[in-house]
Amino acid sequence: MPDTQSQILSSEYVTVMIGSQLFGLPISRVQDVFVLQQITRVPLASDDIAGVINLRGRIVTAIDLRRRLGVPADGRGGAMAVGIESEGESYGLVIDAVGEVLKLGIETAEPVPVNLDERLKRVASGVHRLDNGLLVVLDVDRLLDLKPIELAA
Amino acid sequence: MDELLREFLTETHESLDLVDSGLVRFEQEPNNAEILANIFRLVHTIKGTCGFLNLPRLAALAHAAESLMGRFRDGYPVTQDAVSLILTTLDRIKEILDAIETQQTEPAGTDDNLIARLDAMAEAMSQPAAHAGSLVYQVLERPLKPGEATLDELERAFRETPGPAAARPAETAPGRFVQSNDSKIASQSIRVTVETLEHLMTMVSELVLTRNQLMELARRQADTDFKQPLQRLSNVTAELQEGVMKTRMQPIGNAWQKLPRLVRDLSSELGKQIELEMQGAETELDRQILDMIKDPLTHMVRNSADHGIEAPAQRLAAGKPERGTIRLAARHEGGHIIIEVSDDGRGLDTRKIRSKAIALGLAPESELDKMSDAQIQRFIFAAGISTSDTITGISGRGVGMDVVQSNIDQIGGTIDVKSVPGQGTVFTIKIPLTLAIISALIVAADGERFAIPQVAVKELVRVRGDGEHRVERIKDTPVLRHRNKLLPLIFLRKFLRLGDPAEHESGNGFVVVMQIGQESFGILVDRVFHTEEIVVKPLASKLRHIQAFSGNTILGDGAVIMILDPNGVAAAFGSARSAGFSTDKSAESEAQAQTAKKTALLIFRAGSPSPRAVPLSLVTRLEEVDARSIESVGDRHLIQYRGHLMPLICPGECVRVRESGTQPLLVFSDGDRSMALVVDQIVDIVEEEFEIEVSDRRPGILGSAIVKGEATDIVDVGHYLPLAYADWLGSSAPKRIRRHLLLVDDSAFFRNMLVPVLRAAGFSVTTASSGQEAFGLIRGGGAFDLVVTDLQMPDMDGIALAHALRAEPATAKIPMIALSTMPTADMIDRVRRAGFHDFVAKFDRQGLIAAIKEQADPMTSQAA
Repeated sequence: MPDTQSQILSSEYVTVMIGSQLFGLPISRVQDVFVLQQITRVPLASDDIAGVINLRGRIVTAIDLRRRLGVPADGRGGAMAVGIESEGESYGLVIDAVGEVLKLGIETAEPVPVNLDERLKRVASGVHRLDNGLLVVLDVDRLLDLKPIELAA
Repeated sequence: MDELLREFLTETHESLDLVDSGLVRFEQEPNNAEILANIFRLVHTIKGTCGFLNLPRLAALAHAAESLMGRFRDGYPVTQDAVSLILTTLDRIKEILDAIETQQTEPAGTDDNLIARLDAMAEAMSQPAAHAGSLVYQVLERPLKPGEATLDELERAFRETPGPAAARPAETAPGRFVQSNDSKIASQSIRVTVETLEHLMTMVSELVLTRNQLMELARRQADTDFKQPLQRLSNVTAELQEGVMKTRMQPIGNAWQKLPRLVRDLSSELGKQIELEMQGAETELDRQILDMIKDPLTHMVRNSADHGIEAPAQRLAAGKPERGTIRLAARHEGGHIIIEVSDDGRGLDTRKIRSKAIALGLAPESELDKMSDAQIQRFIFAAGISTSDTITGISGRGVGMDVVQSNIDQIGGTIDVKSVPGQGTVFTIKIPLTLAIISALIVAADGERFAIPQVAVKELVRVRGDGEHRVERIKDTPVLRHRNKLLPLIFLRKFLRLGDPAEHESGNGFVVVMQIGQESFGILVDRVFHTEEIVVKPLASKLRHIQAFSGNTILGDGAVIMILDPNGVAAAFGSARSAGFSTDKSAESEAQAQTAKKTALLIFRAGSPSPRAVPLSLVTRLEEVDARSIESVGDRHLIQYRGHLMPLICPGECVRVRESGTQPLLVFSDGDRSMALVVDQIVDIVEEEFEIEVSDRRPGILGSAIVKGEATDIVDVGHYLPLAYADWLGSSAPKRIRRHLLLVDDSAFFRNMLVPVLRAAGFSVTTASSGQEAFGLIRGGGAFDLVVTDLQMPDMDGIALAHALRAEPATAKIPMIALSTMPTADMIDRVRRAGFHDFVAKFDRQGLIAAIKEQADPMTSQAA
């Protein structure tokens, strides 16, 4: 168990790949990670919604993170999903691949660069400098708040 | 919270609601010993339990109220003041209970003043003079149910239970008494938390899904040993499902419990006399739905009391009884529950609603002018409408009926209103029995499957571009000819924007014919699979805004599919949303009369600058042909059409047949003959109620009418038919003696339209514009061989005419044929019973002629 001090100073993130960018999701918000099998499109829904899936008998709304973050589709990826819960509802965040869990402290933390792509900036809560690249920390609640981005887009 | 305390709270809340309504009833029927005994039992239980749980404030209040009620039992007159005081006490008890629920202990405070008032009133009643009055001898009028105490026992218990004045703590007798009483009741029924039931329901839903999955697997394998046990499993699952659903059912009376009290309080507050009648309180429905209609019902009753029922003086002046009535009625009908909230008050003020609708910009004035009263009344479901001039504490703020409607919408129900000025208003609510499991038709479009609730599906029609049933277009509107009517169509692919837009309007597939209220429409899908029982799961919040869907579900094969919302699809037609179903017979026929007056017109331009119109139902087909394929013989034009030569007729001098490009045509067919009118342009299709001016003398024009704000000539198709074939009218006329036919219709338009048709069938035709006129003609000695009458007419309608004729021996045997634009099963039944020989849709010319001939032949045989 981490002591209080390190809880404040460091957090654990589930790392995920979308396109060629590494992202981090706070581990406290991640319920599970699963392989996407059958996904049902929902006509007339917002573009960011990939569809609905049957996750062990529950109907879960899948959010396409590529679209959500403005990462162009390249025909690959979208094979995995991260299960999260918000306000009593389940969501699956569709990603390309899942990586290891990283414990990152404030020593590598940076604020979100001001010149970051608008769509990313709205859902990013920070950036970490890693040895092999940069990790963008995503704010789950802002990810799920589909409306403002739609208006801005 | 302490389990015992929790149980006490639930139980007491229920008891108090019963006492509330019991007292209101008792006030009206002071001699009903049974009600009094019930109230006693309940208050007594509350008092006893309070002592047991050491809740002194509650015990003291209950005791004081009980003492006062004891006076009633002793035969003292039941006064309104006394009942009011007891009701106030019950309110205080409820307040304390609410506080206990949050704080788990009795709140601090004193009820001395209230207890003093109760005691004082009880004291005032025990004046010896009154005491000499009658002592009501109590006899229960039914055998005791197990667990019930006799009145004597109750009496004893009542005496033996010490009040707080005795200041004895609760460890003595009362607690034990109450407990033993409880255990007796407990042997009959047990209390189960809603949570447990919900969990059970979820598990059953999962079981149903798994069963479906297994069935799906078994379907794919030709012959397995699993088939039989699987069938058994399926049956057991179905029974289990039904059983669990039953546990969720509750009598609707539970939602009504608070209403008698509400109405009583409103009556005194508003200075009105209002009686609340309740029928069908035992009608059961799913508790989830029950919860959702509670507030709307309360709101509607409140509205009726406040706006509907007039002040006593006003009522007397209007020749009505001083006391107004609000009626609640519930009943099962099919898989639905019908709830009616009606009052005999002043009715809705259509004029006021209309001006409010204009003020709020809900519809332009010109459109409102064309609306019927019933249509205008529907505006009360719009946000912001209130017809009350003053805002009272009770209602009139204009938030209300829109919320009621949206609540009812949410549970897949509909609401309709019908109001007659000076006589009252009826709201009819139709809601499904349960929300959880429905039967659905699985369809596919562009490879995606969707579920359509089976209740709204009427039938399936296979359509193919070259088949018998095919999608036809009027301008860009797709329609299907279906049972002698034109069915508006929607392409599911296009509606849901699925796949390649170029393939959105494929004319091959299946049309799912839907019916919502009076409205029918078709949804064109690629494929239709089987029907499946599906467990409706609510949409995620991110998808809830999509009107097209009402939920989603997991199919047997594990896939998630979306459930189409028929109301949402219907709304996409942009047609006036059908506000609901009318179940009331008279409401139905009124609704029919409404639609009967509406006629779908095809608007086109031909020669003249003003538009022309022809009833859409007379048009067989719209065609666009290559102008070069038109042949001319002298001054006549012909075209090869479906293996025949079809004559083309120009309506009016100035219409020219085109020489190049495409030529739009309106094709009219009768049997195997067709003719086409040459037109310049097809403009639109409108469905409107219109007044036709018949005074026109121009040949080929029936008259003119204002359609969509423009003067439009209504074309007389009958005039052009003989121009195409000189013998068109003569050919089908039997070469026999002419029979005399009476055509009754209040619309000059229809009379003019039908007369040539009937003449063509070999009849000499007399027309009458009303039931009375027809009856007069027949009684005045007009010898008619056949009467063809419209059903919807003011005053004496077709059915009344039939009854009148059947009642007299001289005219009882005249064959009668009914005409209606809206044949429904119910209507057909009524028509049969009225003694009509046949029933024909108004525009079904061929059907009419066939029916007439059928009647004409028996006539000759009878005459012979």
